[in-house]
Amino acid sequence: MDFQLTDEQRALKDGTRELLAGRFGRDRLRAAVEEPAPDRALWRELGAAGFFALRLPERDGGVGLGLPEAVLVLEEAGRALLPGPLVACLLLAGLVDGVATGERIAGLCDGAREPLLWEHPAGCDELILLEGDDGPAGGEADGRAEGAPGRTGGAYRSAPDRVPCAPFASVDPLTPLARVLDLPRTEPVAVDVPRLRREAALLTAAQQLGSAVRTVEMAAGHAREREQFGVPIGSFQAVKQLCAQMLVRAEIARSAVYAASVTESALDITGAKLLADEAAVRNARDCLQVHGGMGFTWEADVHLHLKRAWWHAERWGTAGGAEELLAAGLIA
Amino acid sequence: MDLSCTPEEEDFRARLRRWLGEVLPKLPAPPAATDWPGRRAYDTAWQRMLYDAGYAGLHWPRDAGGQGATPAQHLIFLEETERAGAPYVGANFVGLLHAGPTLAAEGTAEQRARWLPPILRGEEIWCQGFSEPDAGSDLAALRTRAVRDGDDYVISGAKIWTSHAEVADWCELLVRTDPAAPRHRGISWLAMPMDAPGVTVRPLRTLAGSTEFAEVFLDEVRVPVTHRVGAENDGWRVTMVTLSFERGTAFVGEVVACRRVLGELARAARANGRWDDAVLRRRLGRLSAEFTALWRLTQWNVSEAMRGAARGGQRGSGGVPGAGGSVFKLRYSHARQELYDAAAEVLGAGALDADHAWVADRLSSLSYTIAAGTSQIQQNIVAERILGLPKGR
Ligand SMILES: Cc1cc2nc3c(=O)[nH]c(=O)nc-3n(C[C@H](O)[C@H](O)[C@H](O)COP(=O)(O)OP(=O)(O)OC[C@H]3O[C@@H](n4cnc5c(N)ncnc54)[C@H](O)[C@@H]3O)c2cc1C
Repeated sequence: MDFQLTDEQRALKDGTRELLAGRFGRDRLRAAVEEPAPDRALWRELGAAGFFALRLPERDGGVGLGLPEAVLVLEEAGRALLPGPLVACLLLAGLVDGVATGERIAGLCDGAREPLLWEHPAGCDELILLEGDDGPAGGEADGRAEGAPGRTGGAYRSAPDRVPCAPFASVDPLTPLARVLDLPRTEPVAVDVPRLRREAALLTAAQQLGSAVRTVEMAAGHAREREQFGVPIGSFQAVKQLCAQMLVRAEIARSAVYAASVTESALDITGAKLLADEAAVRNARDCLQVHGGMGFTWEADVHLHLKRAWWHAERWGTAGGAEELLAAGLIA
Repeated sequence: MDLSCTPEEEDFRARLRRWLGEVLPKLPAPPAATDWPGRRAYDTAWQRMLYDAGYAGLHWPRDAGGQGATPAQHLIFLEETERAGAPYVGANFVGLLHAGPTLAAEGTAEQRARWLPPILRGEEIWCQGFSEPDAGSDLAALRTRAVRDGDDYVISGAKIWTSHAEVADWCELLVRTDPAAPRHRGISWLAMPMDAPGVTVRPLRTLAGSTEFAEVFLDEVRVPVTHRVGAENDGWRVTMVTLSFERGTAFVGEVVACRRVLGELARAARANGRWDDAVLRRRLGRLSAEFTALWRLTQWNVSEAMRGAARGGQRGSGGVPGAGGSVFKLRYSHARQELYDAAAEVLGAGALDADHAWVADRLSSLSYTIAAGTSQIQQNIVAERILGLPKGR
């Protein structure tokens, strides 16, 4: 057992952070708030860097790495608040033409829950629709009646202009959303749907982890600098406690997410998503609190973390569903 | 990132499992919670069995009498003993989990030879005399005085909340050896025999009704200078080593036990109908994620320490857990309390029966956010040492 990053994994993580800092720094983030469509040039650069082809075998032109590496890369994306259907593209590279290189953008729509939500409806060249209600843990234990519709799940591809949908004002300014009104089942895609869901849940959890880690740093950084009563606010107990609890949440989520990427166990992934969602949402809120009035402004980035965390927490299973699955696991 | 076991580790696991399967059925029933001499005898006998089978001080260095096993093997040991329902360290807690490791890291060769083997053989019980009536969280405010007289220190003062003092042979004692020095500078760490003249133990009753800790009064107790660990007035540094073991590693074995209890709770709830309550079910589900993640955090921390030890050797900072132990303790102490609150929900009115094991554990879990440094103090440590926030009041 050596549950630590290897040198290569550390280099991959650091390299991704540098790449994103260079290509998607604060100015670009704020520009994206005004114009949230995926940046095609950036997407191609990420493609060229191997971001999307990370898990494709080398003989298929990919990088040939595994789920743990994908998790590390998406943790960094979550930390940078990089918008766009990243998880979809990482999982669909190899299945949908042009996605591996970043030339084309594919979205994933989860048909398991109403309403069906589609992120970046105007930014996708292709939409893959997942049917069925397997949940991240594979659905063995969700208590639903046998033979419920779409139980085994299927994947279908659609041209985005053929999918009737209703865009609405997304709470996350960086993630345009639409409700999908009808499921045009066109061409089936041969893919292991429960597995795809599990991996999507895990990679979303990785982004939540990155955001949670980032908001701890933001809060601690602010607490060291900002002065009130003649001293840095970080010397006050109440502020320290907020910051310490943020770190604890992030570290618990990290252990769970990293371990789930190694074991790939359905229950581990379910638990990791639950804890990472909590870490991202709670940490963003505490970070806002530490920033005081400034935290409540549009100018501060805190709300962007919170809103993204809310969106990610909605995806690939809810807290209640995860808790039920884990409970069922206790008596299985 | 690798969570798999090496063939040697699997082999170790299999041997341990076989041994536990042989010895546990022959073990006598544990004594009553209030029977202190009985508990001491039971806990030390178990330690002796571990020693004879080569499982005592597994991860202690060989020159400290340990087996020199890898920390990964130690985790396997914790997993397997818990899974098999083997006794926990009990009265051996301080000796095995923090006094012993401190002696191994900071003691001289003679000190290690004198004190470590009896701990491992289950012959001597240690207690911890750190806290005082006016020095709890602010441990450096301690006032117990030790005055040098020839080859002895002459000690007077009082300690409080001393766990297992009633049955202990030795005490890891903090004393002030230089009252004129700044608070943190004038402290020394001593090994004090509990049967020395002038030592009086007065048991305190806990909210659980037991006498698990005590006040210890020291009236001109003589302790040889050779019993000092570390340099005179350098005891604060040694204390930090002790506390980092206490916070960093002493509780990790309990996480496995909590996972087992959680499974028992779920089955009990299924049997008595409480399982139909979705709120309770969801609570138990969340706790499952929680304890799994705490075990993963333990594996993470242990792996980190193994790498540190490989780089820096066993001495120095290698092997001594860092501030990450506070991260673990903060979350674990809270999760443990939630676990037993959930147990009370499962029990319903049965939660009023103080003799029920889960109720007794619920009561004792209340101490987890206080003992070994309160949650507030751990938060200060995390904020200041990990996040670099300024010191405050
Ligand atoms: C079951 C049990 C077993 C124990 N066993 C031992 C033992 O074997 N040996 C031993 O030496 N000690 C032992 N202790 C003592 C334990 O270490 C102390 O109780 C603990 O350190 C707290 O000190 P205190 O009780 O004096 O509380 P106080 O320090 O008086 O704290 C009271 C409250 O004030 C808060 N507080 C204090 N200072 C700060 C601060 N700077 N910032 C924020 N909040 C603060 C605390 O968090 C707490 O909520 C044991 C305690 C328990 C409950």
